[in-house]
Amino acid sequence: MSHQANSHTNSPLAAGAEVLPEDLISIEVDGQRLQGRKGDMLIEVTDQAGINIPRFCYHRKLSIAANCRMCLVEVERAPKPLPACSTPISEGMRVQTRSRKALAAQRATMEFLLINHPLDCPICDQGGECELQDLAMGYGEGVGQYSETKRVVKDKDIGALIATDMTRCIHCTRCVRFGEEIAGLKELGAVGRSEHMEIGTYIAKSVTSELSGNVIDLCPVGALTAKPSRYTARPWELVQQPHLSTHDAWGSNLYLHTRGGRIMRTVPRENDAINETWLADRDRFAYTGLFTEDRLTTPMLRREGVWQATDWDTALGFVAERLQAIAQQQGGGAIGGLISPQSSLEELYLFQKLIRGLGSNHVDHRLRQVDFSADGGDPVMPWFGMDIPAFETQKVIVTVGLTVREEIPLLGHRLRQAATEHRATVHVVHPFEQALTFTAQQWPVAGETGMLDFMIALARAAGVSLPDSLGEGAAAPTMVATVLADLQRTGATTLMLGALVQQDAHFGAIRYLAAQVAKATGATLSLLPQGANAAGAWLAGAVPHRLPGGQSAVGTGDSAQSLLSQPKPAMLLFGVEPSRDTAAGAAAIESLRQAECVICATAYDTPELRALADVLLPIGSAVETAGTWVNGEGRWQPQRGVVGALGAARPGWKVLRVLGNLLDLAGFDYLDAAQVRSEVQTHCANITLSNHSDVLGAVLRPSASAEGWLRLAPVSPYSVDSVVRRAEPLHATELAARHRSCLMNPVDAAAAGFAAGDRLRVTQAGHIAVLPLVLDEGVPPGSVVVPVTAASAALPARVGRVSLSQEVA
Amino acid sequence: MKASKLHLLTEHTRHEIDHWLSKYPPEQKQSALLAALRETQHQNEGYLTTDLMDAVAEYLGLPPISVYEVATFYSMLETKPCGRHHVSICTNISCALMGSDAIVAHCEHKLGIKMGQSTPDGRIYLKVEEECLAACDGGPMMQVDHVYYEGLTPDKVDAILDALK
Repeated sequence: MSHQANSHTNSPLAAGAEVLPEDLISIEVDGQRLQGRKGDMLIEVTDQAGINIPRFCYHRKLSIAANCRMCLVEVERAPKPLPACSTPISEGMRVQTRSRKALAAQRATMEFLLINHPLDCPICDQGGECELQDLAMGYGEGVGQYSETKRVVKDKDIGALIATDMTRCIHCTRCVRFGEEIAGLKELGAVGRSEHMEIGTYIAKSVTSELSGNVIDLCPVGALTAKPSRYTARPWELVQQPHLSTHDAWGSNLYLHTRGGRIMRTVPRENDAINETWLADRDRFAYTGLFTEDRLTTPMLRREGVWQATDWDTALGFVAERLQAIAQQQGGGAIGGLISPQSSLEELYLFQKLIRGLGSNHVDHRLRQVDFSADGGDPVMPWFGMDIPAFETQKVIVTVGLTVREEIPLLGHRLRQAATEHRATVHVVHPFEQALTFTAQQWPVAGETGMLDFMIALARAAGVSLPDSLGEGAAAPTMVATVLADLQRTGATTLMLGALVQQDAHFGAIRYLAAQVAKATGATLSLLPQGANAAGAWLAGAVPHRLPGGQSAVGTGDSAQSLLSQPKPAMLLFGVEPSRDTAAGAAAIESLRQAECVICATAYDTPELRALADVLLPIGSAVETAGTWVNGEGRWQPQRGVVGALGAARPGWKVLRVLGNLLDLAGFDYLDAAQVRSEVQTHCANITLSNHSDVLGAVLRPSASAEGWLRLAPVSPYSVDSVVRRAEPLHATELAARHRSCLMNPVDAAAAGFAAGDRLRVTQAGHIAVLPLVLDEGVPPGSVVVPVTAASAALPARVGRVSLSQEVA
Repeated sequence: MKASKLHLLTEHTRHEIDHWLSKYPPEQKQSALLAALRETQHQNEGYLTTDLMDAVAEYLGLPPISVYEVATFYSMLETKPCGRHHVSICTNISCALMGSDAIVAHCEHKLGIKMGQSTPDGRIYLKVEEECLAACDGGPMMQVDHVYYEGLTPDKVDAILDALK
């Protein structure tokens, strides 16, 4: 996709900063009078004015290389044509972009570029959307003067996501600059010299950046293309439809490219307020997990232990009858519901409305949370505390329990920009040391209560009055003093709590302490909503203690954790794979089997759901339904469905609407998803967002005699939801392979007699997983990191003590 | 996090790198890269290995690929095993006019190797010189290790090459 066409939106004058009149410079381009700011490059001003100058190496988000020479233009009084990308404007400058001299220079450049470029456009994936092809149409000669052999460059294997055809490379170095400047991980480089120069990694290696796929968009030719969609479609056959990434709370904008109702690939949709021109690899390749073999395409009903395909009338009739019977016999409280935080706002709203309509508050989306003791202090919705671009301009950022490159990769990018471009001071407080892409002070806090004890110490140091029972906390005094001093600095400061805090056994207490510290120091408290639409789930009332719009619920309801350990007689699961989406892990399956009736609305037909459910209702995934996703800024992004629901599957909100009507519940007569959305909007008309909490929550310290290794359990970025779990290309990456293991400090491993690559039997709460050992110096002594993945699915998906032994083959 | 390769650099090499580092601001360690690679190549009989380049990257706090880029760009840095004496015969325009082709032919015949190859005993590496060595007034000329020899004749070349140990 050529994204050049959109490159005017962030041009200097539109950037928002105030412009003093004396900084304005007038120039004349092709007879047209233009204004720019002092220091602007010519190409920025012409792009702004919509004057097209051809280019390959220039990209507005990258540094200026001026190595392709395609943007040569004629500047009055300059002896030679000058590159527009690296020529600063000056008062009274007169430029010709289409004069005979300019065109001759551009044609000559094009001729040189084509000397070594193969004529394989008919079999090139870039064909039809290639910047070189497009410009060759405008500036290339019909016949080249060069008749000698073209050079051939051997292809590299740089991993599962990016295909390489390096003979096509024109050495613009956009991919190299991207790695160095944006990803913060320089993996590609220009190796060799002159005619022998090649873009590559020099040694055989995969690129490992979580943002690597962006080089596919940046590459102006077909040298770097998307491997999963290679040779599957031509650009002109594709229909481009706007959508979102529904895998984290960032809400990245993207286009899905479809052909004949099938999604062929994903490209970014430029939005400077959210994802700029970038996508994380998870956003880009998750589509490969949408239409898999195990999609459920027809309603299924279990009759006398045998699964049978059935029609919607029968299935929904059965569901309505069972729900009514159980509600009548045992009361509305006999019904419980769990819903994925990836669901649309409309689904979340109707789901809780249905369950509440039956007289129950037992509804929750906080599937990975384990501490609910501070529910009373919950905000209307946890949020970033600021809009996305504001992350870049923070002076001080303190993160606690945030695995930033994995949780929300593009947040990692913004923090990197803050640290590198705006010289922010970043402190990373985390149970283990991470490989970061920017300079930050890392403070490992080991042990079950490491983050809690640090926050207690920090709060006490900040002068927050705390009950004596909390103790003094524990953390190196220099650490507390340094972090506190930085938080107290004037200017924008942020205290950010990541997933490991929100999955911590002391989430309530840590959030309380963070809120108090933020209040005492003037810092902004930033919470990252746990799931693509977790923010929307809060607004929709998909929590036991809150109604839509954050109103307190009447009566009590059970949290996700209790519903998973002690299910209600009737359980509704919406888009949830209990063993993979919850903190309970595999134990949830056995537990849910105890329910009298389990109704699953699901896009996927899995053995696990068949084992515990009575009925399976096929629903469409995020791309098959109209719906709204609310990101961590509180930005509502309504989307239309991109493709029709597969087989007999139906959009989830429609299934809930029909079910509401079958159950004779009031207010389920919606004509479309927009009506549902406006109803939620009415509920949310008067909300104010604040992450502040004055509820301390429970503090239960683990017994001192805890034995074994402490398992830290970050959720692997490619295991967060049912779609990415099925996205095969993501699982073929090095990152995914690393997460399918047990990570341990080399010193600990040596002392225990383990070597890298050993297969370890990891036992947690009686459950066993066998995983390869990977040595990582960032893991604190006495701990192991076992990410939540398919490989560790047999274990609970949470922190806990584990025993380790070598598995004998 | 990967295992360190720093131990591959000898104390002497590190000392030399430190000397060059002291000439640049502390946040611009990259500036010492060329000198660091030259010293490291010296410690390893005239060529760099990937492990050694990784060690230099680690020592200077650079991404390894940035070191590979520089090592493969400059013709005085070798990334493949080669003979210990680097012989570069200039074949650029001035030397060519003065008969460098005959000098090349003589060397190739005498040593039994082609340009770009090393003698089997590892004594001499006949480099392919890419650019003019800036001694046009003395052509034909060649550079042996770091020393220039000008006004070459086959006899002179024999004497120079035979003296290499």
